[in-house]
Amino acid sequence: MPHIDVELDRLRNKLLEMWDLVEYQLSSGREAVVNGDKELAQRIIKLDRKVNNFDIKIDRMCENFFALFNPVAVDLRTVLAILKINTNLERVGDTAEGIARFACKLNHPLDPELIELTKVLVMYDEALAMFTECRTAFKEDDPKQAKALIKRDKTLNKIYRKSDAVITKYIKAHPDRIAESLALLSIIKKLERVGDQVTNMAEEIIFYREAKVVKHRRKKKKKE
Amino acid sequence: MKKPSKLEAINLDAYYGDFHALKSINVAMEEKAVTAFIGPSGCGKSTFLRTFNRMNDYIDGFRIDGQILLDGRDIYANDVQVDELRKEVGMVFQKPNPFPKSIFENVVYGLRIQGIKDKKILQETCEKSLRQAAIWDEVKDKLDKSALALSGGQQQRLCIARALAIQPSVILMDEPASALDPISSAKIEELIYELKKDYTIVIVTHNMQQAGRVSDYTAFFYMGELVEYAKTKTMFTSPHDTRTQNYITGRFG
Ligand SMILES: Nc1ncnc2c1ncn2[C@@H]1O[C@H](COP(=O)(O)OP(=O)(O)OP(=O)(O)O)[C@@H](O)[C@H]1O
Ligand SMILES: [Mg+2]
Repeated sequence: MPHIDVELDRLRNKLLEMWDLVEYQLSSGREAVVNGDKELAQRIIKLDRKVNNFDIKIDRMCENFFALFNPVAVDLRTVLAILKINTNLERVGDTAEGIARFACKLNHPLDPELIELTKVLVMYDEALAMFTECRTAFKEDDPKQAKALIKRDKTLNKIYRKSDAVITKYIKAHPDRIAESLALLSIIKKLERVGDQVTNMAEEIIFYREAKVVKHRRKKKKKE
Repeated sequence: MKKPSKLEAINLDAYYGDFHALKSINVAMEEKAVTAFIGPSGCGKSTFLRTFNRMNDYIDGFRIDGQILLDGRDIYANDVQVDELRKEVGMVFQKPNPFPKSIFENVVYGLRIQGIKDKKILQETCEKSLRQAAIWDEVKDKLDKSALALSGGQQQRLCIARALAIQPSVILMDEPASALDPISSAKIEELIYELKKDYTIVIVTHNMQQAGRVSDYTAFFYMGELVEYAKTKTMFTSPHDTRTQNYITGRFG
């Protein structure tokens, strides 16, 4: 394998490692919310530092790559995409940390009616699925999958748009559960952000794959 | 607004004896812009470049089919005077090739051949050309010294000054900086950037970064074919053809 490909692979693998870590943060966040697991929530919050270190490390690797390899064409687009996905992953990490902080504020057990009405778990599962699929799309260089997952963001937006009204109504009926309701509303807002951030990452995948128009155009009209 | 084409090749085929060196090349090059030719060794870049000032005419067995137009006129037409053509189309080679004469005589060489004797004109042209070639300050005190005593980078800029002295409108450069250190090379690149205000420049280079920095358009050749011709920006961010992509990303073969 050419040296440049070895370096690109190292970069991609580092990003995938970070992707795993953030995925763990995000899916554990769901567990912490559902089970009222404050200890788990604390652990998620602590992982933020590790994610930040990945962010810095990947930035530096990209910088070195630019300086040493002067990438062009698909190589250039790949590293640009990695840089931007890195930034977005770091933000998803922050968002997961935020969810964990609100998870600490929830009193358990949660009211199943509230969960049902807000559809917060449906939303959470959708966000997680998008996130995981985006990782696969990156790993497999698959812009089709990236395009498909962007469409799923609609589900998140739909639930998010209704959440204010749903929660207001719930609070009126259960004035003793205001704090919990507001914490849940905040989590819904965070999940909506996750949808946007994953969409950004998916767009980067499409950019670096598809600007590469590898149509083997042969414009030949040979004179005899 | 698109500038008019200065140079144009129409269905150009070139042969060295039986060897088909250029195959149906069609390309139009913009006036007062820099066009870079890139491609693996032996793909025909120099052959193509030399068709623009008919330098290939000297090679036994060389012939072309098709047309080369300069300002819309066929330069291979019967009534074209090759010396007149060369006044219009100057050339700079890979290896600096100053004559074993003084710096001054090198620069005014072309004018002397044209029969110009007026001292004042010669001196003025010499200074102007050396300034344009960004070497005046380095040589102004030793114009009567031998050109061979200059460094490689200085010799190359001197050769550029010599090409400019005959006031061409096109300058052909065949790997003008490949034998130079990074600083001299950077000076040549700066110079190209300055010169394109007044000249149409075609440059052959093996240095991808250099092509990226100096040129407005890039043409990629492969085995005598013009594979891709595009704005340099497009070529280096999203080339069309797989062969171009493999070449510029260094994954050829
Ligand atoms: N005088 C000649 N006689 C016969 N064949 C020639 C002659 N000059 C060049 N060729 C052949 O024509 C082809 C193109 O040569 P050319 O010098 O144009 O390539 P190039 O792209 O400039 O290569 P490089 O990057 O090595 O300078 C080559 O296969 C070469 O062997
Ligand atoms: Mg050559």
